[in-house]
Amino acid sequence: MSKRQYNNRVMQWVEDRLPIISLMENSGVIYPTPKNLNYWWNYGSLAGVVMVIMILTGIFLAMNYQAHPTVAFDSVERIVRDVNYGWLLRYLHMNGASMFFLLVYIHMFRGMYYGSYKAPRELLWMIGVTIYLAMMATAFMGYVLPWGQMSFWGATVITNLFSAVPVVGTDIVTWMWGGFAVDFPTLNRFFAWHYLLPFILFALVFLHLWALHTHKSNNPLGIDAKTPQDMMPFHPFYTIKDLYGLGFFMIFYLYFVFFQPNFFGEVDNYIPANPMVTPPHIVPEWYFLPFYAMLRAVPDKLGGVIVMFAGVLILYVLPWLDTSKVRSARFRPVFKQMFWIFFLDCLVLGYVGAKSPDEMFMGIMTMTTLGQIATTYYFFHFIVLLPLLGKYETTKPLPNSIAEEVAKKYAQ
Amino acid sequence: MRKLFIIALMGLSLGFAGAAHAAGGAPVPAKQNWTFTGLFGGGFDKAQLKRGGQVFFEVCNGCHSVSLMAYRNLVESGAWTEDEAKELASGFEVQDGPNDEGEMFMRPARLSDRFVSPYPNDKAAAAAHGAIPPDLSVITKARKYGPDYIHALLIGYKDEVPEGVTIPEGSNYNEFFPGNAIAMAAPLTDGAVEYADGTEATLDQLSRDVVTFLAWAAEPELEARTALGIKVLIYLVILTAMLGALKHRIWRRLSDPNLSCEDPH
Repeated sequence: MSKRQYNNRVMQWVEDRLPIISLMENSGVIYPTPKNLNYWWNYGSLAGVVMVIMILTGIFLAMNYQAHPTVAFDSVERIVRDVNYGWLLRYLHMNGASMFFLLVYIHMFRGMYYGSYKAPRELLWMIGVTIYLAMMATAFMGYVLPWGQMSFWGATVITNLFSAVPVVGTDIVTWMWGGFAVDFPTLNRFFAWHYLLPFILFALVFLHLWALHTHKSNNPLGIDAKTPQDMMPFHPFYTIKDLYGLGFFMIFYLYFVFFQPNFFGEVDNYIPANPMVTPPHIVPEWYFLPFYAMLRAVPDKLGGVIVMFAGVLILYVLPWLDTSKVRSARFRPVFKQMFWIFFLDCLVLGYVGAKSPDEMFMGIMTMTTLGQIATTYYFFHFIVLLPLLGKYETTKPLPNSIAEEVAKKYAQ
Repeated sequence: MRKLFIIALMGLSLGFAGAAHAAGGAPVPAKQNWTFTGLFGGGFDKAQLKRGGQVFFEVCNGCHSVSLMAYRNLVESGAWTEDEAKELASGFEVQDGPNDEGEMFMRPARLSDRFVSPYPNDKAAAAAHGAIPPDLSVITKARKYGPDYIHALLIGYKDEVPEGVTIPEGSNYNEFFPGNAIAMAAPLTDGAVEYADGTEATLDQLSRDVVTFLAWAAEPELEARTALGIKVLIYLVILTAMLGALKHRIWRRLSDPNLSCEDPH
């Protein structure tokens, strides 16, 4: 690579000693991006923005939060009441968690619909799944910190899952708790983890972007870019498009922060934690509900735990389960239908997760039965449908190039 | 066709969310018109807030605490003057100390003190009542249906227990309490408080006023929050519209088929 020349002498001075100016220029300005990305490609950068908001608000919340069972609940309320704009910090952070998951779920479903996980982007996808796992761990521990009833009982239920491990299960749980029940040591270490994990997550996002920039973005046609005319520089085209999308997202996000700050929360978490009183329904936050439904679909505790973890971990091998060479669902008529059925199945799982297991669904079956059907279908989609579809599906002919398709669109 | 499908899915997921919220045994309390709920928040009626405070301090505070609020917050709410709040506070005794002799002592409460709790600890409260009267600091945030539920509960006591329902000794029948048997006896009746501003103290009025007070105690930031929120949203709508115009302008360059990602260097 030839040496980059810059008119600004300071930039040139830095560049000669550390080529960080050209690095930033390469990855944020002239970075080649397909011309035909639609608005579903906005969600990755949106999730990145929310991550930064979460880290910044989190740092300032940590300056005022106290991780001790006797004062944790009150310290959170003190932030809302007595810290300058503390209510804004807290509600940005609290709703930010829901937004982060919402955006990442859309981002993941987009990847599935357009086959973004296929070669050569398998590792990019797998790093993404790892980010998702780190998010889940971070969110779970963060939810424990306000030390309300759901915090405490959620922590108790989830950590107790590890007691299903044969032989050493109970010891693992005691080790995780730092005692014989969820108490001060648990809360204190969860706080430490909750502060650490986001930085690990940040590093993973960096790797995710590195892998992305190696093979560039997939696109709605799912075909590779062949000529320079298929692509255009990231700036100004996608900087402005991302900003435009960010505007809409911020309106949505901040509406909840300012006007319905507790919309996504459980009312029970405003009752201070009480180890002597179990809430009638222990429900996780909405973003965990599908996995909660999988956990409860299996009558055996260990089996439920395995199925629940398998539900996430199966995403790691998705690039190899989907045997079709065609990426985009636009050219896969059967897969397209299956994708939407799978999406619906995930919604059903979420719905079941929010209900108590013995409740009836439309008077025909219990929620447990519905959960079992939906869980079975979830795995059926990955293990049976995707491998077979790749073999037997007749795909539609792929277009010649991205540039040709873009030209057609602008000719109209 | 695909659009229809997506719309149907969205409708379905909304239906699910709604159904997930409607579960539970007790009847759903009727939706009330509050000054502080609504799509874009709202505020507190200062006169109503002050009446609610009177109900709280004269009735509820006999058994319930609101330990997260301080008397200074009354002044900050705009419903009490500083002198009124000081006078109200001085009616309560708090323990202070140790003094120079190493003794703890009692003194009248000041603006900087938190609302004085009726019992020194939970055990004392339980000993007096059999059950611990919950702290009411965040009660409207801590119950499903929030203010509507508290209001329904306060006016939901019935002398006649319906057939088939048995209420244990020491409990009272309340239509809206989960399980119907509530330890708290009906706290409010017509005329339970003589309002300083002359408003007729019907049960419904008392309940509405005190719920307003409790909602304020749960979310004292509400007025500042919604006032700032309106400005932020208006700003964002204008900004987004401008960004949209800019986006469309920049993207017009795509009509040039030679536009490419070639390295300018």
